[in-house]
Amino acid sequence: MLVEVTREPIDPGRLLSGAHGPSDGAVLLFLGVVRDHNDGRPVEGLDYEAFEAMAERELAAILHEARARWDLGETRVVHRVGSLAIGETSVATVVCSSHRAEAYEASRWIMDEIKKRVPIWKRERYLDGSADWLGAAQVLEKEPVE
Amino acid sequence: MRPISDFSMQITALFFAAYRDLTGTEELPLRLERGSRISDLVRTLRDRGGSWARLPAEPAVAVNQEYARLDALLSDGDEVAFIPPVSGG
Repeated sequence: MLVEVTREPIDPGRLLSGAHGPSDGAVLLFLGVVRDHNDGRPVEGLDYEAFEAMAERELAAILHEARARWDLGETRVVHRVGSLAIGETSVATVVCSSHRAEAYEASRWIMDEIKKRVPIWKRERYLDGSADWLGAAQVLEKEPVE
Repeated sequence: MRPISDFSMQITALFFAAYRDLTGTEELPLRLERGSRISDLVRTLRDRGGSWARLPAEPAVAVNQEYARLDALLSDGDEVAFIPPVSGG
């Protein structure tokens, strides 16, 4: 198992290297990549911030749970933090299994869980120079009216 | 007289991302009464007023890096992280 939160660019080759064992017939790599738009607003780049110690704990817990649910070989996840440009990889997972069905299902479940639980936050930087932490505006109480 | 430490406990509140930008604070040591719950901590912080009053009444929180319910009791030395809506992945 490999779990990492890093400021360095993610190298898929390194993540794949040595992952699969003799009984694995499937090796599935997923890359989450920064795209150029969200909800119709053009994005210039993203900042990711993490509560790093807890993020690594949650990522490890997610891999442990995936391994309990499916019969898997090696599982790895790396999440990057810092400022990322369009096209850069923000998160990568590798899931190995004897047969591909488990790899497909576990891989999808792992990403769904990462998005739900891991204490990592994304701030989008827009072309007009503004920036927003995703999801924050909806939970902050209104500004007091003077 | 019993020492004051018998009646209170030391906790540290942590703020990240949108909450850190809102409050201007990353880390805040606080003394709370023994027997306080996380919800008491939330109320104490919101009662500071100004930007602090904009923290949600029922935020997601983690105590010592594990998600916790707001009605959970706090212990001396606990680290309580206020977790804005997550958006990793």
